[in-house]
Amino acid sequence: MVEPLLRLEKVCKAYNVGLPSETQVLRDIDMELHKGEFLAIMGPSGSGKSTLLNIVGLLDRPTSGRLFINGRETGNLGDTALTRLRGHTIGFIFQDHHLISAFTALENVMMPMIVDRGHPTADIEARALDLMSRIGLEKVARNMAPNMSGGQQQRVAIARALAMNPDFVLADEPTGNLDSATSDNVFALMRKENRDSGASFLIVTHNLELAKRCDRIIDVVDGRIAA
Amino acid sequence: MNRWMPFEWTAALRFLREGRMQTIFIIVGIAIGVGVIVFMSALLTGLQANFIKRVLTSQAQIQLLPPDQIARPLRLEPGIFENATIQRPGQRVISIDQWPKIRDRMLAIPEITAVSPTMSGAVLAIRGDASRAISISGVEPGSYFRIVRVPDYIVSGEARLTSEDIIVGIELAKDLGAVVGDKLNVQAASGTTRVLKISGLVDFGNKGANTRNGYVALRTAQSLLSSIGSVTTIELTVRDIYAAETMARHIQASNPVQADSWIKTNAQFFTAVQAQQTSNTLIRVFVALSVAFGIAAVLIVSVIQRSRDIGILRAMGTSRAQVLRIFLIQGGLLGLVGSLVGSALGAGTLLYWHSVVRQADGSELFPLILEQSLFIATAVLATLTGLLAATAPAIRAARLDPVAAIRG
Repeated sequence: MVEPLLRLEKVCKAYNVGLPSETQVLRDIDMELHKGEFLAIMGPSGSGKSTLLNIVGLLDRPTSGRLFINGRETGNLGDTALTRLRGHTIGFIFQDHHLISAFTALENVMMPMIVDRGHPTADIEARALDLMSRIGLEKVARNMAPNMSGGQQQRVAIARALAMNPDFVLADEPTGNLDSATSDNVFALMRKENRDSGASFLIVTHNLELAKRCDRIIDVVDGRIAA
Repeated sequence: MNRWMPFEWTAALRFLREGRMQTIFIIVGIAIGVGVIVFMSALLTGLQANFIKRVLTSQAQIQLLPPDQIARPLRLEPGIFENATIQRPGQRVISIDQWPKIRDRMLAIPEITAVSPTMSGAVLAIRGDASRAISISGVEPGSYFRIVRVPDYIVSGEARLTSEDIIVGIELAKDLGAVVGDKLNVQAASGTTRVLKISGLVDFGNKGANTRNGYVALRTAQSLLSSIGSVTTIELTVRDIYAAETMARHIQASNPVQADSWIKTNAQFFTAVQAQQTSNTLIRVFVALSVAFGIAAVLIVSVIQRSRDIGILRAMGTSRAQVLRIFLIQGGLLGLVGSLVGSALGAGTLLYWHSVVRQADGSELFPLILEQSLFIATAVLATLTGLLAATAPAIRAARLDPVAAIRG
């Protein structure tokens, strides 16, 4: 049997553990993400979708349960190892683009590779330019990030998420702040990159129309995966 | 983006450039602080050097004097004295015992650069109806002028001392109504009188010294004071002026003389220097503290403003150590650039002040001393202060929880 890229076993997450204000956000989450899969996570606000994404993205740790990435358990890894694993395996796309405003669009795409290598190189720039042309923004590659439209910024964020050839990309409501035409455009781009690069996508969305165009939908309700 | 520049440096520079108003304001703040330090330090060094130069070119660094004359009580038998009440005797003007031998011994010491025997005493300078009590020093011009730079202080006439010449202070000449070339009657307490011609007038910049001092040839003084072949002091200069006191103690321990260094005779000056240095150090510490707090405040604000950027960087694999370095570099750079601007500001202000503020006679108030070491030390200290100030904000940035940071 092929090991999934991502496997969660009985993952729970609670905040303020042991205090009267203890809040259970995720309860016994079991899920898998396979290579090349395009998966949507849906659910009402406060259901725990973003928390689930943060745990899967190694930005947060579960209170209990186990998380495997490429068959490797992540629970016993230290901060440095987690950071390294995150940098090499996972790409992130956020709702508000979150490009770093002090850099150009191209430099934002180069950033994950520069962080990994320590300094920019010619091949890093070549790869970033290639990604920029793949998303159709090579002409504005040298623009400062804040001087671009929301849709352009989100496309740059997609290119940045793919820079390190990650195994999977986590997208937290990537079209949440875009108009419907731009949303379609961005979604189509993600779908295309999913096919072309082979990277799996895990997308949190409220948009049922978009979710229906994914391979599979997972519903999270009250911190549990609905049947 | 420079290919050779490490990621942390690029990020630090970009963050500083993006927040340029903040960056410019804090650099101006640091520059003013550093400028004050540079200005004060250079000014103080110049004033001290000027004072030391004045002190050391108008007096010997070590003076050898005959030992104090003391009364020795008669001892009847061991432990029993004839009379327990001992009165201090008056100090007669006496010669240093075997002074040529002591002079030769001093000349043989490599740390001593000049040795000059002198004969000093009180005389009366008379011209017409006017008379003034003065102190004359009989000197050998060749060696003495290397110790006390009398020629440097000559304002009229020349520093010539034949057996018929006398050099006097300008105030004394004014009191006696004399000018260069006039003759003075010089009378010792014993009644011996010589007629001497004023060869030069000196201005030591001190009214007391200009009123009471006169220089004659050694033999003239010896004959006037009826002490042929005697000297009352041997004056010395040494290579290391700050070792003068230690040297004086060594000389006194191995010779039958009393040795006084310029450090001992100018104790008040050293107290003043000490006080100045202490206040200067305090000002430096407080300026450095305000600079450090300024840098820390700006960087803490920057960490808050950039928390999302930090979160994104952490999400894409930036380690805590890299984030820490980004902010430490910003602190160090702010300190370094601020210190460079501040050094130029301090030096420029000092140059301007030096050119504008002059003594009454138009000469410089203090020598301009801008040592390279001052600028290097300032730059190093300011950079270290910047790094130290950045430590707390940098740790805060490195410890940011990426989830909370991204959420803002």
